[in-house]
Amino acid sequence: MIEDATRLEVENLHSWYDESHILHGATMKVSKGEIVTLLGRNGAGKTTMMRTLAGVVRQRKGKLVFDGHDLMSTPAHRVARLGLGYVPEERGIFSSLNVAENLVLPPVVKAGGMSIEHIYELFPNLKGRDSTVGTRLSGGEQQMLAIARILRTGADFILLDEPTEGLAPVIVEDIARVLGELKNLGLTIILVEQNIQFATASADRHYVMEQGRIVDEFSNEALLSDMARINAYLGV
Amino acid sequence: MPEIFGVPVVVLLGQILLGLINGSFYAVLSLGLAIIFGMLNIINFAHGALYMMGAFVTWLCLSQLGLNYWAALVVVPLVVGAFGIVIERLFLRHLYRIDHLYSLLFTFGLALALEGLFRYIFGAAGKPYPVPQELTGVFKLGFMILPIYRAWVIVAAVTVCVAVWLVIEKTKLGAWLRAATENPSLVTAFGINVPLMLTLTYGFCVGLAGFAGVLAAPIYQVSPGMGSNLIIIVFAVVVIGGLGSIGGAILTGLGLGVIEGLTKVFYPSASTIVVFLVMVLVLLLRPSGLFGKEN
Repeated sequence: MIEDATRLEVENLHSWYDESHILHGATMKVSKGEIVTLLGRNGAGKTTMMRTLAGVVRQRKGKLVFDGHDLMSTPAHRVARLGLGYVPEERGIFSSLNVAENLVLPPVVKAGGMSIEHIYELFPNLKGRDSTVGTRLSGGEQQMLAIARILRTGADFILLDEPTEGLAPVIVEDIARVLGELKNLGLTIILVEQNIQFATASADRHYVMEQGRIVDEFSNEALLSDMARINAYLGV
Repeated sequence: MPEIFGVPVVVLLGQILLGLINGSFYAVLSLGLAIIFGMLNIINFAHGALYMMGAFVTWLCLSQLGLNYWAALVVVPLVVGAFGIVIERLFLRHLYRIDHLYSLLFTFGLALALEGLFRYIFGAAGKPYPVPQELTGVFKLGFMILPIYRAWVIVAAVTVCVAVWLVIEKTKLGAWLRAATENPSLVTAFGINVPLMLTLTYGFCVGLAGFAGVLAAPIYQVSPGMGSNLIIIVFAVVVIGGLGSIGGAILTGLGLGVIEGLTKVFYPSASTIVVFLVMVLVLLLRPSGLFGKEN
């Protein structure tokens, strides 16, 4: 049997927030160990795609298969248990929990999650902040905490929604370094990103979204050698 | 004899203790209400009726089944909690996503229906329930004679409240509850079954009301109206403490019991409204409640 490296298969995916139809038949595939980005203008449906994959948006239609499991029929609280970790755009650090509680909040879903020591090595800023209220951390630290708590669970497929949004360049560098390490660890990642430089630093492939559809696909090399094409999509 | 503002200290201390007993009931009930409001976003008007149901089940356990007080202390919260779980599964869960008003009307209707049902079956008159033998007798404190049972009520209520507070503030389960209060969909995306957690939370808090009902049975007459007399004050307690504040509900419950007791000494005719006066003052000066977080 040939091993199928495909981990996520999205086909003709539609989703809605109440009345508003956001995803209009998006199709994509992600293989094991890849870092794939979703690029596109604001409102193209990138975050909705992530929320739909994570099971947060439930009004949806189409095909969604993850590691052989049909996500369409998986209850929202079972999705994470399959090894799919979600780092939301708004970071989702809880103000009624301190840093330590935020860090250990998501249940461990798979063996091989990062130890707390390893996490502190990766994110030295979080060390010694255990009793600080989660939302008292700086934006960059909150982002690190949001990533760290997912790494601890052993999730090996991570949805990372705009991790660099609103962060200072030096923090963006930190996060880029972390992303590189996660790639070395063999994690599979879908990254939503506006910062092209950041996106091209570690990604293997890029999808472009427009009006709720995937309209184009680039390898990282193709993107780097033809920036004009992507800039046309992004309207830069 | 020493006096404060012309009132003998003995009388004062006695009223403070009596106030603490009432405050114990306020605390246990408002604690449950505060958790239900925080987690489920529901104003549980049925809380008083479920407390009454707890007292009635206690009375029925003894008169029909021969189960004594100590057995009732375990059985009744389970029975009332299970009843709550059924209510949550069948009705309340359909109301989470729509306006507060619907759940408020539903629980208010449920309270009326329960009260009416018990009145229809058992009549409006109070049923006496004996103080369990182990807790009969009194402590002679010098300044007052404190029935052992009443001391037990304070100890039991405060212990339960502190235990619940510790679970919520200091344990992993508590962290899940607090996180789910803030952002249920993200907590679900982390792999936690939030709907199940809500069901169990409602069952637990309603079980607490049942527990308060057991404690109340030997003190107050077991009657269908006993819950509606209390629930209004308990709502005032929750508002004063700050909606959704767990520790606030406990401290405010005990504190208001004492304030009520003291009012009975200094100006008895105001004792029934003092809680509401405090509520008005708190709402004017600190609209989010004494322990509530500003939005």
